[in-house]
This record gives sequence, structure tokens and C-alpha cells, in this order.
Amino acid sequence: MVVKVYGPVRAACPQGVLACLLEKDVEFEIVHVDLDSGEQKKPHFLLRQPFGQVPAIEDGDLKLFESRAIIRYYAAKYEDRGPKLLGKSLEERAVVDQWVEVEAHNFNDLFYTLVLQLVILPRMGQPGDLALARSCEQKLEKVFDIYEQRLSNSTYLAGDSFTLADLTHLPAIRYLMTDAGGLAHLVTQRKHVNAWWQAISTRSAWKKLMNLANY
Amino acid sequence: MVVKVYGPAFASPKRVLVCLVEKEVEFETVPVDLIKGEHKHPDYLKLQPFGTVPVTQDGDYTLFESRAIIRYYAEKYKSQGTDLLGKTIEERGQVENWLEVEAQNFHPPVFNLTFQIMFTPILGIPTDEKLIKESEEKLDKVFDVYEERLSKNKYLAGDFFSLADLSHLPFTQYLVCQMGKEYMIRDRKHVSAWWDDISNRPSWKKVLELYPAPGA
Repeated sequence: MVVKVYGPVRAACPQGVLACLLEKDVEFEIVHVDLDSGEQKKPHFLLRQPFGQVPAIEDGDLKLFESRAIIRYYAAKYEDRGPKLLGKSLEERAVVDQWVEVEAHNFNDLFYTLVLQLVILPRMGQPGDLALARSCEQKLEKVFDIYEQRLSNSTYLAGDSFTLADLTHLPAIRYLMTDAGGLAHLVTQRKHVNAWWQAISTRSAWKKLMNLANY
Repeated sequence: MVVKVYGPAFASPKRVLVCLVEKEVEFETVPVDLIKGEHKHPDYLKLQPFGTVPVTQDGDYTLFESRAIIRYYAEKYKSQGTDLLGKTIEERGQVENWLEVEAQNFHPPVFNLTFQIMFTPILGIPTDEKLIKESEEKLDKVFDVYEERLSKNKYLAGDFFSLADLSHLPFTQYLVCQMGKEYMIRDRKHVSAWWDDISNRPSWKKVLELYPAPGA
């Protein structure tokens, strides 16, 4: 049975799920959801994801939403194959969870606000709040300083191998490096963050996703 | 060796404390005074570089982020105390789903309400009434979703109490008590029943008794 992933292939949170499924070699089908027309807020989609957000998955009888729940589920279900996305022990798994939480609480909001103000609102013909964007950028600089320190002691965020902790950063950092112009320096000016980005973004699973998304 | 939990007076560390009590795991606490800014001290930042509570220390093993810590202890002590992760991988998937809902949808507005209503007066900074109003509106919508979910399931992840429910205890307690917004719970039949159930668990009552919130 093929996992159905609901969401656009170019949206950040669905990309996290797709990257995980590709790493674990799990077959999937992408069911596009048109965010521009607000499909995610329509009644039929709210039945699937009551907060009106993407992604959601359907795997036979199993239905889940929240990308960081979905990736944890598949990483655990397919623990025995592909890379050890949850680490090799319970203690390593907790460190993976720790950095996924860091991404969710310290990184994601800043990134999202920046993109909203600098890219999405202007694209919709509304002025972005540049002061807010600048404030987010400054905060993101401090977050990246902490990542730089961490990655100077550890090849990947949770230890010496690639895990969900690194994977969950891929979509947002890709965006910072390409679409949200002028922010690539956050990565490129930091030696260890830059090396880490090079390593995680050249993984074959990620490259497959980039192809699928037609970048 | 007994696990140390930093910052017990505050909400996020209480997620860890109530989890440890449910799992019958002994612990010690180390106070961290957020009002005095102890969490931004260089010594604390060595433990938690983002300067938030909690941190746990278990011998040499240090962890931060409360929801990472509760996942770890719930799994490590799976065979004792309350089962907080469900019995199958699929049940755990539901637990993860609703724990993420708490973190992504519930937490941001309730945290804003907590900070603006409870902490700006103590810290002597201006209170953002507009943010309070927007946050309450967002939280209302979240509770509407919960009302629907809980009309079909006794607990958020299914018919069993789990980390997903537990994770809501500390900030909902603030909402109902210190913030005077109990109506948000009581106006919703199933959310109300759920809150009565989870907040009356002996583990939660013990945590509240041992570690009163600042100014409580």
C-alpha cells in the first residue's frame, strides 16, 4: 500500500515528510493541495487536518498529520532499514528529539515570519513588515550562532550521523539559500553550519525530492 | 543516580515533573529564577544554549526541550507506571500527532497569553492587549477542534491517557487559575470533562502541591 501525502511538493512541511519517506525508501503518492486557493481551509480538507494545514498522510487505515509526528512515525516503523534517523539508542533518540524540538520552537517561527514578510505578503500584493523581518533576521543570527557552536563539536546536530534533527531543517534552509534572497549569508558565513548544509543537502534522497519538486 | 530537573516553579518543567511522577521515577529539582533572569546567565547557557527551562541531568546525560525529555522517560520506563505512549507503533503515531498539535497549535497562543497576562506585570514591561485578544481568538479555535476530537475520543490520542494530554497540563492550569479564563474550558462540554479528568490525576495534584507557580 502506498502512503498518500497530502500537500504541495513545494511546501516546507510536506517536504520534511517526503524527504523522510525517500530516506527510508517508502513508496508514496503526492496528493496536491492548492494552498493559493485556500483548499486547505475547505471542509473536505478540514476533515483530514482540522487546523487546515499541510501535510497530512493516509496509509491504509492510518491517518496522521503534523509533519514532525509523521516523520517520527515512519522513522520508527522502518527503523531497520535505511539510515538510523532516530539514532542508535534511546539516549541518541532523545537528542534527536531535542533538536527537532529546537527546530520547531526556536527556528521555525523566525523562518516562517521572515518568509511571510519578505516573500509571501509581497507576492500577494501586500506590504511586508520590514522592521519585523529585520528583527527576525537578528534573532535567527543568534540561533545560527548556537548551531555553529554545536556543529563545531558534532558533525550532525544530534551526533555523528544524519538524523531527523538535520532532516527537519532541510526545507527551511533550502528556502533561505534560494528563494528568500539575501539570507544565504546566515549559512555561508558560518564555517560549520555551511559544511553541515553542504553535507545534508547533497544526500541522494534530498536531491530526488528537488527533482520531484522541479527546482 | 537521581535525575535533576531545572526550573520546577515554571510551566514547561512541570511537563517533565508530571511525566516522571506518572512513570514512578525519582527526581530532584534545581530552582532557576526566570524573574531574576537566571536562565540567561552564562552558567545556565552552558546547559541550555537557548536559555529556556527545563534542562534535565541524569548522571552525565543532559537533555533540554521538555517534549524531548518526556518522550525519553516515557520510553525508557515503558514497563513501569502509566503507559504514556500507547501500545503499538500506530498508537504512538497518534500520540506524536497530538503532542505536535499541542506544541504547534496550542502552545503559541497560550504562551503569549501567559507571558502577557502573568509575566509582563511582574517584569515591569508594557502589556500587549492586542496580542492578548488575538491569542485568545486563536486559542478559541484550537479548543473548538479539541471539542470535536474529544467528542469522539476520551483522550486526544484515543481511549488512553498519553503524553499528548499530559503536555497540556501546565499551561491549561495557568489558563484556568491564574489567568481567570476557565470559561474557555467550561463552555465546551467535552473539553471540560477531559480537563477534569486529566487535572485530577494524583500525579498532577502532587506536582502542583510540591512546586507552586511563582506568585501562586
